[in-house]
Amino acid sequence: MTALFYVLLAIVIGIAIWQVTSILNLKSAIATEKDNNTQGILFALFGVFFYGLMIFSFWKYSVILLPDSASLEGEQYDTLYLITMLLILVVQAITQFLLFYFAFKYRGINGRKALFYADSHKLETIWTVVPAIVLAGLVLYGLTVWNDVMDSSDAENPLIIEVYAKQFQWEARYAGNDNELGLANVRNIKGINTMGVDMTDKNALDDVPTRELHLPKGRKVIFKFRSQDVLHSAYMPHFRAQMNCVPGMVTEFSFTPSMTTEEMRANEKTINKVEGINKIRAEKGEDPYVFDYLLLCNKICGASHYNMQMKIIVEEKAQFNTWLAGQKTMAQVVQ
Amino acid sequence: MVSWSKNNGTSCSIILTTTLLKNYNMSDHHHKETFITKYVFSTDHKMISKQYLVTGIFMGIIGVFMSMLFRLQIAWPEHSFSIIEAFLGRHQDGGVMSPDIYLAIVTIHGTIMVFFVLTAGLSGTFSNLLIPLQIGARDMASGFLNMVSYWLFFLSSVIMVISLFVEAGPASAGWTIYPPLSALPQAIPGSGMGMTLWLVSMAIFIASSLLGALNYIVTVLNLRTVGMKMTRLPLTIWAFFITAIIGVVSFPVLLSAALLLIFDRSFGTSFYLSDIFIQGEVLHYQGGSPVLFEHLFWFLGHPEVYIVILPAMGIVSEIIACNSRKPIFGYRAMIGSIIAIAFLSTIVWGHHMFVSGMNPFLGSVFTFTTLLIAIPSAVKAFNWITTLWKGNLQMNPAMLFSIGFVSTFISGGLTGLVLGDSALDINVHDTYFVVAHFHLVMGVSAIYGMFAGVYHWFPKMFGRMMNKVLGYWHFWITVIAAYGVFFPMHFIGLAGLPRRYYSNTAFPLFDDVADVNIVITMFAILGGAAQIIFLANFFISIYKGKKAGQNPWKSNTLEWTTPIEHIHGNWPGEIPTVHRWAYDYSKPGHEEDFVCQTTPLKEGEEES
Repeated sequence: MTALFYVLLAIVIGIAIWQVTSILNLKSAIATEKDNNTQGILFALFGVFFYGLMIFSFWKYSVILLPDSASLEGEQYDTLYLITMLLILVVQAITQFLLFYFAFKYRGINGRKALFYADSHKLETIWTVVPAIVLAGLVLYGLTVWNDVMDSSDAENPLIIEVYAKQFQWEARYAGNDNELGLANVRNIKGINTMGVDMTDKNALDDVPTRELHLPKGRKVIFKFRSQDVLHSAYMPHFRAQMNCVPGMVTEFSFTPSMTTEEMRANEKTINKVEGINKIRAEKGEDPYVFDYLLLCNKICGASHYNMQMKIIVEEKAQFNTWLAGQKTMAQVVQ
Repeated sequence: MVSWSKNNGTSCSIILTTTLLKNYNMSDHHHKETFITKYVFSTDHKMISKQYLVTGIFMGIIGVFMSMLFRLQIAWPEHSFSIIEAFLGRHQDGGVMSPDIYLAIVTIHGTIMVFFVLTAGLSGTFSNLLIPLQIGARDMASGFLNMVSYWLFFLSSVIMVISLFVEAGPASAGWTIYPPLSALPQAIPGSGMGMTLWLVSMAIFIASSLLGALNYIVTVLNLRTVGMKMTRLPLTIWAFFITAIIGVVSFPVLLSAALLLIFDRSFGTSFYLSDIFIQGEVLHYQGGSPVLFEHLFWFLGHPEVYIVILPAMGIVSEIIACNSRKPIFGYRAMIGSIIAIAFLSTIVWGHHMFVSGMNPFLGSVFTFTTLLIAIPSAVKAFNWITTLWKGNLQMNPAMLFSIGFVSTFISGGLTGLVLGDSALDINVHDTYFVVAHFHLVMGVSAIYGMFAGVYHWFPKMFGRMMNKVLGYWHFWITVIAAYGVFFPMHFIGLAGLPRRYYSNTAFPLFDDVADVNIVITMFAILGGAAQIIFLANFFISIYKGKKAGQNPWKSNTLEWTTPIEHIHGNWPGEIPTVHRWAYDYSKPGHEEDFVCQTTPLKEGEEES
């Protein structure tokens, strides 16, 4: 019934709006010279508002952006991003200015005749060729970065980790001493063997299952992603890394962590961001937040999609090795 | 009976005698029209276009209202709203929506807006209205198929609306309905009956869309009046024509994608499913791949965004030229870019799948084709801006929305350079950056195109004018709200916030985007409320609007040569003959600042 009330309310408001303006609207339904003038000026003002909104957003919201990349590959990403963004902003600034300025400048005056100007091969060639050249540069640069990021074939002694997704939880499995993951399939899931590791495969025995990701700084990590139920996406925004987890296949992504968790906490941008967050948390009476890397799910996967996370800890190699050595292997866990 | 006495004394008016009309009526109208044949099962393209528009508007109300509801949830999670309590029934608890219904309304919002509003509502309305009128045809090639097309669309809308009332909730796997989530009711309740109805509705929708598109193509190719060469067609018609072709090429692929999904869901096949363990048991599926579905879906899904935007581009080109009192700049380049965009749109679908597990080399290819689209898009944007240059801009509401279109198309299009680049896509894929991008470039832009079209052709549809002042208010509140929503949204995406999160409270990392989300929601509510102005203006003007003149915008195109009162066959007497292109505005050597397409060339006059 309340729903009906809201609908009726909207209808009444609509009719009221019409009634009010129909009293004011005795003149023509077509724009007059006066309308052209007013609306042209409004476009100029809107142009100012729009530039204001853009500048405000960049000024006010740059603090919430992700801090510097925490992986080597991500540094290339950030440079490419910066160049692309600058280009976008230049084009945006120029074209929007022209659009609103022309709307203002050429607002209609009775009796004036517009310029009959239907074509200019020269102009059109310019704005076909210039974007084509700029884009060619952007494509080449982008593809170089893409190939570098996606190609892990020449990595020396990479660390291999399986990241395993399910509704609504992440698990991980380190390849162990042999650095080779044992085979796995959902059909092997049983009891504590939640990732369906094939325990008859000798490579599987020394694999290390965990609920937390520890990564060594400076060593390439190759992630192998699996999912047991629906699509998930392993998103590690601080490392500029993302790959979908697809049931029935193994997907791959790799990067080299370049900043330990401690180093990232001491990063100036992180400090500013965390400060901002803690100010908000203090107002709400919540505990202060300490920065940690995270793995998030970034593909709609069900009701608790919004709360599917795993902590990532990047540490020095020695610390990492100590931690890994202290974990139980599959053989120890299952038996 | 001819009530179009006021013809502004324009060169476009045809001198018409009642005798001619009577003759025409006698030859073609021997049967009497009943209410049913005139308003319900009409085969007249003008009536069908109105049916599409009104149905589209109703679906739009549902779609936009849903966005208001989930914006409330995003800005103020855990806060109780009586409006949520009122509308979401058992899917809420004390005025807070459940996570499942949140995903469901996000899904249905997307589905309704993309397909029911911006495909059928926009293309269906204006292709139907304008194709016969602007090419000089009595009606569509097949009025009957056209009627069937509308009623299939109506049926699919009804089924989609019914699915909202299913016990477990409507489809909720996102508008892209990726399996396995969409295939397994164990994974999400909406994938039960709700998803079945979604698939049935979409299958019918596709049939409707195909019938419509085939009709448009045949009509444009075969029924143009004498002198209406392809190179004299208004850009609206070019846009509708090419849109219809993309629809015919890509919609059947969506149907096959949906069919295979229906097989997987109902008959136990494994096209998309493999190795699944859910709720404690292994399912029998083996050997399928969700990536196959993604390929099939986006083979339509990407062209679909151009199916949405091209008609808006055509409408905007026409309205900008008419209201600038200038020829559209670079007519042939505009046609060329429509064709180039259409062609490229069918070979870029992989840019939605850079991180899907697809081979990275394939990603490189799709990056290349995707960024190529920027070239024809840039040409179009520059041509629109140049059309304004040294014009004599008539600031009618349709013109305002057209200028707004160019602005949002540029703002949204530019961020495509980030998303279309496989490397850069990695970190913004599926974040709010994407949401901001596509809402600006195809959502808001296409809606502006639709509004522009409604304001411009309302007099042609209903013989009355919409209220100008309300139009201005509607426009200004809408543009401010739309940028207020979608500009800041880029930043929360760049902060790494994934889309489709019911709440961000599980991540202290995102505590600082909460304020931005509140700003966005406030603008969203403002923008949503502004649409009430439009609705009031639209529905009341049908009955109470000022009577329209013969050619209110002093336009060149043929639709303004037909009588104000709709008649079967559009023109009483002979179909007009066309002597020139549609853009002779302010042509030197003519007294008026417009020259109708039916005006013969003067002696020594060169055709532009």
